[in-house]
Amino acid sequence: MTDTTRSASRPVPRPTELSQPFWDAARRHELVTQRCTSCGKHVFYPRLSCPHCGARSLEWVPVSGNATVYSYTVARRATHPAFADRVPYVIAIVELAEGPRMTTNIVGCAADDVRIGMPVRAAFEDLDDEIALVNFEPS
Amino acid sequence: MDSIRGKAAIAGVGELKPERYTDDATTQELVVDAGLQAVADSGIPFEDIDGLLVHSMAGVTMFVPATFAELLGLRVRFAEVVDLGGATGAGMAWRAAAAIASGLCSSCLCLTGARRSKKRSGWSGPPERTAYSEFEVPYGAIGANYGYAQIAMRYMHEYSLQPSQLAKIAVAQRDNACANPNAIFHGQPITVDDVLNSPVIVDPLHMLEIVMPVGGASAFVVTDARRAAELPNPPAHILGAGEYLGHKTITYAASLTDTPARPAADRAFETSGVKREQIGLASVYDCYTITVLVTLEDAGFCAKGDGGRFVDEHDLRFNGDFPVNTHGGQLSYGQAGISGGTTHLTEAVRQIQGRAGERQVKDLDFAFVNGNGGIMSEQVALVLGTNP
Repeated sequence: MTDTTRSASRPVPRPTELSQPFWDAARRHELVTQRCTSCGKHVFYPRLSCPHCGARSLEWVPVSGNATVYSYTVARRATHPAFADRVPYVIAIVELAEGPRMTTNIVGCAADDVRIGMPVRAAFEDLDDEIALVNFEPS
Repeated sequence: MDSIRGKAAIAGVGELKPERYTDDATTQELVVDAGLQAVADSGIPFEDIDGLLVHSMAGVTMFVPATFAELLGLRVRFAEVVDLGGATGAGMAWRAAAAIASGLCSSCLCLTGARRSKKRSGWSGPPERTAYSEFEVPYGAIGANYGYAQIAMRYMHEYSLQPSQLAKIAVAQRDNACANPNAIFHGQPITVDDVLNSPVIVDPLHMLEIVMPVGGASAFVVTDARRAAELPNPPAHILGAGEYLGHKTITYAASLTDTPARPAADRAFETSGVKREQIGLASVYDCYTITVLVTLEDAGFCAKGDGGRFVDEHDLRFNGDFPVNTHGGQLSYGQAGISGGTTHLTEAVRQIQGRAGERQVKDLDFAFVNGNGGIMSEQVALVLGTNP
């Protein structure tokens, strides 16, 4: 738990050269991940090598944006001062149809309506001209 | 690694009484204080300490062992930084034993600690760009509460678990803390209703299921098993050890409910030759109630999914049939940063040595210790015993 007395700006992703294709696609409201040309598995977050087989042969590919909620929690207290006005909000791990898991926020429904196993789809939130966050909403 | 059974023992411990705030002292000072206490407690002459394990901390992020050798006036032939989060103390114990077994040193001082300031510095975010700052933090996935809450939610989805069963863990550990004058919550018993009526912070975890941050430090001395037998304290022999890690952020763990604690524990039992049913004390990391439940399962004290029933059917207090975290656990003793995890080890040592006072577990031969770093990330398991 942290004090939430002081407001703070919302933490914004700062892309690296490696991750830039992910954020470029997100800005166009498209979801992409890496996929290993050696073992065929999809990979998230962006890496230099495949965590499944070790090959340095990852390519960017579009994915469906379809996922299911693997687990979630409802933050009843802000986990960061910048989120104070969003309480209660849902922090979730979703499992993409293509395999990888990612952390996200579930939006577009009441926090208490989220369930594990619930089908969701990517929903993009423009933070500024450069960055769109990849939230998920019920599909 | 070959079995380290019988090679080394913990001869002494030093621990500061946890305090809500420690604004008058630096982390270095707390750590040195505990370290000096541990050496004195061991009965080993100061100049015989020839190994040093320590972690990086606020103000000392590089040249860490040399900084503490200089502060303490030690001359050592073996020095390392251990970086395993809440598993750091347990990880130090087997590293020290392995170093002693291989002749790198003969007596090794292990230091952990963290100050806690009343003034909160405010969270400014990771300074460097990392996958964590890029793909977790922007969604509010900050700290540890959210991760353990998601473990609990997933567990309740996969298996049967009642909130009252988790609450019972917190209650039993509070009862243990009430028999430990050093615990931050000594003298403040709670009930299952108290836990369930405390505010939900992150679904499904209530405030009284979440660890209490404090300032403090814990240190211990590992020495050659033969020498330990000639020292004032009865030795706490390190009989077996296991370590396992593969993820940092819980999002990328293979499973939320079957954790690296399992292979770590399997290895510790295998190398020790001790069986689960011989264990008289389980001193397992408890940043949250769900952590204890999952760890007891993964350590093999009950089947996966049976944790709720196991908690219902057993008395986890120091005088119960399955004592767990007799110092109160970090939930009720307090968590002084990285050294919070070390308290599970120092408590097991005191218990094995028969020095636990009113909360002494009777007829104790073997204790199981688990350390857990990050969000069920770094896992270390130890088996301690009264004989080599």
